[in-house]
This record gives sequence, C-alpha cells and structure tokens, in this order.
Amino acid sequence: MDPQRMPGIRPGRLDEDTLAAHFSDLHAPLTPHEALVAADRCYFCHDAPCVTACPTSIDIPLFIRQIATEQPKASAKTIFAQNILGGMCARVCPTETLCEEACVREAAEGRPVEIGRLQRFATDAMMAAGTHPFTRAAATGKHVAVVGAGPAGLACAHRLALKGHDVTLYDARPKAGGLNEYGIAAYKSTGDFAQAELDWLLAIGGITLRTGARLGAELSLDALRAEHDAVFLGIGLSGVNALEVDGAAREGVADAVDFIAELRQAQELSALPVGRNVVVLGGGMTAVDAAVQSKLLGAENVTIVYRRGQERMSASGFEQELAASKGVTLRFNARPVAVLGNGAVREVEFEYTEEGPDGLTGTGETFCIPADQVFRAIGQTLGDVPAGLTLERGKIRVDAEGFTGLEGVWAGGDCATGGDDLTVTAVAEGRDAAEAIHRALS
Amino acid sequence: MADIRGNFLGIKSPNPFWLASAPPTDKEYNVRRAFEAGWGGVVWKTLGLDPHVVNVNGPRYGAVWGADRRLLGLNNIELITDRPLEVNLREITSVKRDYPDRAVIVSLMVPCDEESWKGIIPLVEATGADGIELNFGCPHGMSERGMGSAVGQVPEYIEMVARWCKQATRMPVIVKLTPNITDIRYPARAAKAGGADAVSLINTVSSITSVNLDTFSPEPSIDGKGSHGGYCGPAVKPIALNMVAEIARDAETRGLPISGIGGVTTWRDAAEFIALGCGNVQVCTAAMTYGFRVVQEMIAGLEAWMDEKGHACLDDIIGRAVPNVTDWQYLNLNYVAKAKIDQDLCISCGRCFAACEDTSHQAIAMKEGRVFEVKDDECVACNLCVNVCPVEGCIEMVPMQAGETDPRTGRIVEDTYANWTMHPNNPGRVAAE
Repeated sequence: MDPQRMPGIRPGRLDEDTLAAHFSDLHAPLTPHEALVAADRCYFCHDAPCVTACPTSIDIPLFIRQIATEQPKASAKTIFAQNILGGMCARVCPTETLCEEACVREAAEGRPVEIGRLQRFATDAMMAAGTHPFTRAAATGKHVAVVGAGPAGLACAHRLALKGHDVTLYDARPKAGGLNEYGIAAYKSTGDFAQAELDWLLAIGGITLRTGARLGAELSLDALRAEHDAVFLGIGLSGVNALEVDGAAREGVADAVDFIAELRQAQELSALPVGRNVVVLGGGMTAVDAAVQSKLLGAENVTIVYRRGQERMSASGFEQELAASKGVTLRFNARPVAVLGNGAVREVEFEYTEEGPDGLTGTGETFCIPADQVFRAIGQTLGDVPAGLTLERGKIRVDAEGFTGLEGVWAGGDCATGGDDLTVTAVAEGRDAAEAIHRALS
Repeated sequence: MADIRGNFLGIKSPNPFWLASAPPTDKEYNVRRAFEAGWGGVVWKTLGLDPHVVNVNGPRYGAVWGADRRLLGLNNIELITDRPLEVNLREITSVKRDYPDRAVIVSLMVPCDEESWKGIIPLVEATGADGIELNFGCPHGMSERGMGSAVGQVPEYIEMVARWCKQATRMPVIVKLTPNITDIRYPARAAKAGGADAVSLINTVSSITSVNLDTFSPEPSIDGKGSHGGYCGPAVKPIALNMVAEIARDAETRGLPISGIGGVTTWRDAAEFIALGCGNVQVCTAAMTYGFRVVQEMIAGLEAWMDEKGHACLDDIIGRAVPNVTDWQYLNLNYVAKAKIDQDLCISCGRCFAACEDTSHQAIAMKEGRVFEVKDDECVACNLCVNVCPVEGCIEMVPMQAGETDPRTGRIVEDTYANWTMHPNNPGRVAAE
C-alpha cells in the first residue's frame, strides 16, 4: 500500500529525498544578479512607507540602495542597527502585511520591491563573512538578567551588551532561540539558521547563556532582581488554550506548537510520524505552519478548520495561499463540537457557525471530517507569572518602553502587552526595553 | 501609410535609419545581416590606408548603466577598420551590388594631405558606393596621429580636406563632426565652405567611463592602464540634439543637410533628430546593445506616429522643430505654469516632495495619508517634480490662463509676450518704442 494512504499516525510516508525537497527553503536566496535587479526597483521614497510599516523601523530604502551600489555588508549593518535578528526576520516576517504591503510599487503595479528577500541577501552576506558589525562599549560594571532567549530576549541582550553591560541570558529549553528555534516552520529557517544566528549574535561578547533555567523553577524573579541591576522578561507564551469539547483528550489530539517544535528538532524527517488525515483547528500562522508541514510530511488529507470567516483569519493571505498551494483544504465558519473515535481519534464533528449580534453562534447543522491526528492551534497563553507583575488581558502589562511597573523589571515580546505576536515586534520590544534599561542604569 | 523612404543628398534608402560607421558595419557579414533585418543604409566602418591599423587585444568598450543594468552610455577605444583596404573595398562592392536599394556610404580617414585623400577616393568610387563620409570625429587613438577629431577641431583643416574631396569625386561628401569642440557651428560652417554636401553628427564624446577601484585603472583597462575613449549611446543624445539644432538654425549653415547621430534608440529619438533638421539618422549603440532587429521597432514606430499625426512623408517633418529653438533671452517671461499632481496616478513615493523640499522651492505639501499637493503660491514651475516622479504623466505643468493671478507673485498673468531683452532688470534692455 502507498505509505501515504496507510491509516493512523505513522512515520515514513515519504522518502528522505522527497522530504528534503519539501522542506527546502520556501524563498530561495537571491543570487547576486537577482538582488541587483530587485534592488533597482526601489524608488528610495521619502519618509518611506515600508519603514513606517516595519516594527523595527529598518531604513529599508537605504539598505536597498546599499545593495544596488554593491555594498551588501554595509547594507546589512543598516539592517542590524535596527534589528539584530534581521536575518531571521528576513525569513519569517509576514512582509506581505508589513513592508511589502506598504511598498509604493505594490500600489503602482501590484508587485512590491522584494524587501524580505533583499534583506536576507544583505544579512546573509555579512553572516557568511562571519563578521559582526558592532563593537561593545566599555564595560559599565552593570549586570542584567534577560529571561527567555527568544527574539525579544536576544534583541534585548544584544543591545545591552553593546552598551557595555554584562548580560546573563536564561532560557528554559535546552537550546536558546525561543520560537526561532522551536516555533517556526522548518522551510522558513533551513540549515539550522536559528543556531547560526544565535552564535553570530553572541559574538558581540558580554553575554553568558544559561539554558535549562526556567522562571518559577530554577529561577525566581526575586533572586534575579537581587542579583542583577535589572531584569528583562521575554518568556513568551508557554501555555496553550484548551480544546473544550467531548473527546478532546483522545489519542491523536496534540498541540500544534509541540508538533512544530518536534519537527524542527527532528534529525530525520522520515522518522517523524504524521496522520493520514490531519485536522488543524485554528486560523493563525501556527495553524498554517502545522497544516502545511503535515502535508509536506506526507499526510494524504490536511484540513484547517477555522471557526470564523476567512476575512477574520489572522494568517495572512500569503500564508493561506501557501497552504492551499501545498494541498491543504481550508474550511471556515465551523467549530469543533466533538472528537469522535474508539480510543484514538477517528473523526472530528463540527458545527457550522455564524456571526451575529451575540457574537459567534452555532447553527445546529453539523458535519464530520475524518482524522487520525488533530492539532490544536487555537491560541497560546502566558504561563505562570511571578508575583508583583500586573496582568492585562492575559499578558504582562508594560509601558511603551517595556517597563512593568515593578522596579528594575522590564518585559517584552509575546508575554507582554503591546505586541502582535510577531518575531519582528518582539525584536523591537526587546531592543527598546534595552535602551530604557540602559538609560535607567546610566 | 506614411512614406518613410529617405532621400538624403539624392541617396535613396527605404527608410531613414542608417547604421553609423562603427563596428556593426565593419564587415560584409554584418552589413548583409543588417540589410536583411531592414536597415535602410550603412556607413561602412572607416577605411584608412594600408598598412591597416591594429587594435588593442584587451577590452575596447566601457559602459555606464541605469536601473536594471540598462546600457545608457558606451565608450570605445577601437580604431578604424583593422582589415586590409582591398578586403573592405571588395566587400563593399559585393554588398552594394546585391542591395542596390540600400544606401552604402563609405567612411574615410587618411592622413591630412591632399595625396592621401585624393588617392583613396577613386578606389571607393569604383565600389559603386553612394557617397563618402569624412571621419573628422573619432577622439581617441587616431587623433594622436593627426587624424579624426584632430582634424575636426580645426575648421581650416575641415574646409581644406572637404574641398580636396569634392574636387576628387562626383559622390556626395558628408563631413562627420566631433562634439569635442566649444562651438559646433564653426566646423559646420567650415564644412559648408569647403563644399561638403552635408554634415553628420555627433561623433563620440571624449570620456572615461569608470575607474577600477581595485587596480586604480581607468576602464576599459589594458594591462592596468586606460586611455580616454569615445562616448555614445542614449546618454549623449541631448548633446547631439543641441548640436544639430545649433547647425540647423545658424544663419550660415541653415539648410545644410544633416545626418543625425547620437543615442538614437527608438523611433521617437529618430523623429526628434529629424524634427530638428536631420534628413536621416545614423544608429550604432542601439544595434550594438539589442542587435539589428531593433530597426523594426524604429520603422513601425515612425510610420505609426506619422500616420497618427497626418505626416505623409519625411519632408513633412524635417526641421519642423527648428523655428522653435531660440535663445534664452527670447523666452516668454509672461508664461506662467504650475505643477499639478494627479492624485489618481500618484503612488505616494514622495520623491517630488524630497526633491522640492530639499533642493528646490518648498512648493509641495506632504499631507496626512501621504497625499502630496503642490503649493501654487510657492511653485516656480521648475519641472523637477515631473522629472523625478517615477510615474509618467502623474505630474504635469499646467499653464495659467491670462487674467488669472499667480498666487506666488500676486501678479496677473498677461497674454502679451515679454522677454528678457525688455525686462526692467536687464541693464542692457532695449527700451520699448
């Protein structure tokens, strides 16, 4: 039997060569020639809308002009000055809803300048050369604890180290990187890029990395505050929303984030089990990442089911098209009411929904989709938070510079208010909190 | 359909597009390909006396590029033909015999003595060629040996050689001028005085296109050294148009037939040269960039434009723009225009704003939502916004009507003509009678 049609959750649905092709770079890097052609399209706009649209305010017209004038490393420095994770952001940013959506050539021709790929071209050039563009300021003697080595924590740690502060960077997981390492679709960050970028970033010096240290377990906020001059929390969202329907605990039901993390850490993709029929519940990037990767792993049928209409989906149009192009079926206006099966999951029962004055309501009409595997991608939540911090809508409340209101404690990234759960926003928040910490310590 | 057949000095060609004397016309093989592609005529690459010259064995061309590496300017250090005279003469004879309807002109460059010039002309005449072009233009290499632009920069030499040639042949004689001179009217007048039937211009402009920043050698680099070359292509067209116009409207040379050369790349370029007084155009860089097939666009485009405008033949358009070329002092100072931005076409790049705010008259407002609007009370109608706007037709200069008040000056726009010669600020003005 064709391994793709075998029932259950099993490994080896596709051979290694096919898998390697499926999980290769989603956006292949630009060749130097392609980069020059793409860079020539930039108009060097005044007060450019792409810069306004970039959460880290990278001077995009300048870095593109530096590519056009054949100075890719100078271009990279322009990028890194605003966004030290410019390499990862070039790969994972939803540019179609940020800089490239704002590009005037999108307005003019429906075809923006390829800002994301150009950013990758420049940042790759510098990272391939192995050079680090910045030098630390003289040591200040101050010591800052950064908890969480994801995008926010890394950006914060780097900026603090740059200013001459000593940083201890803690992370609960065995590897640093946060969602860059555990939470991004494999085809967006190929070649172990997250770790390469981490090593490159740490080359600034002054940052001591301690993994396997979790806040609330090995670490306590009180102790961190006592031992350091300041603390930055970039602890992300460690919980997931529960699926509250009958049968939600059946074998075969799992969290999409765990699947994505497992896939990223897998040494051999053919050893990774996946269902024949996969159902993904949710409407965001996590849902798309899980669904597309299930399909690429060899699942025969993959369906994303989102409880609201397509226009409400938080995954971008590009992501939705990507899913569709890979053969994922997208269904809207249906919510799960039961996970059915005899032991393991066999199918998921859904009820059609409609949005009315009372919010989302079920119509009473149901249908079933066969499923060996169900992924929950219905939102992530903040885990336990140390006492003394104020929560607001399920996140740590911070001001515009990331200050929590608790003396000496700043926070940023997905765990804090003010963001939109994007890598690039987390970088901006970590960077800006570092500037605020630096001012407070000076 | 418009008739675009050319008749330049009695030399007929099916269209006014000739290939200029240059590498594309160096050999029978190339010229036959050119004629098959539709070119109306060729000026055969410059012949000289034997022993033939030699070329460098490294790069001969340098270039300047625009966006997307579009070739805007080309520079060369190639000399005249580096093949034996007899070979060229034989090939010219063969080509002309097979293409009697096409114009075949032969470019010549020999030492500046009567014997040399009068010696080569009968050999050319024997090929059946339609005319000769005296190369007084090339600014590189040959000029060091007292030929090319070294002759073209001395009007007395131009007149002298032109006269020798006219005495020696019944063929039409075209004098090709160098732009590497302060006032193009002097060599043109000299050519006319020597009896030349026409002038062709421009030859290439002395140039260094770039410097290699690793070796600090000019490009093209020959073993680490560079020499100035001759610049051509779209970048030189404005220089050429001006020089053509200067000759076309000069009292002494008005009516002298002109063959226009310099960056002709499209039908539109050709039409512009013709409108400024050229009987035809010569093309080189466009063919070297895109191949001989580009002439098909030129032919079709010129015909289509002439049909659209109701111009029946080339004589209907030759020189039509010449009366409108004037001196600055005669421009109408009562003409007032204002820039106007078409908001439907605007893509909000803001380049007009940056240009006006930083380098001009602060006459564009940037409003909420990246809306750019012209401030009429500041706009001097300089046209910079039009020129930097990436969208054609988005910004236009709209003339104010007589009777309207210019919000910048507070003065009413008059429908009379008034120029600098009459202006009160002009110390040398001529008082109105």
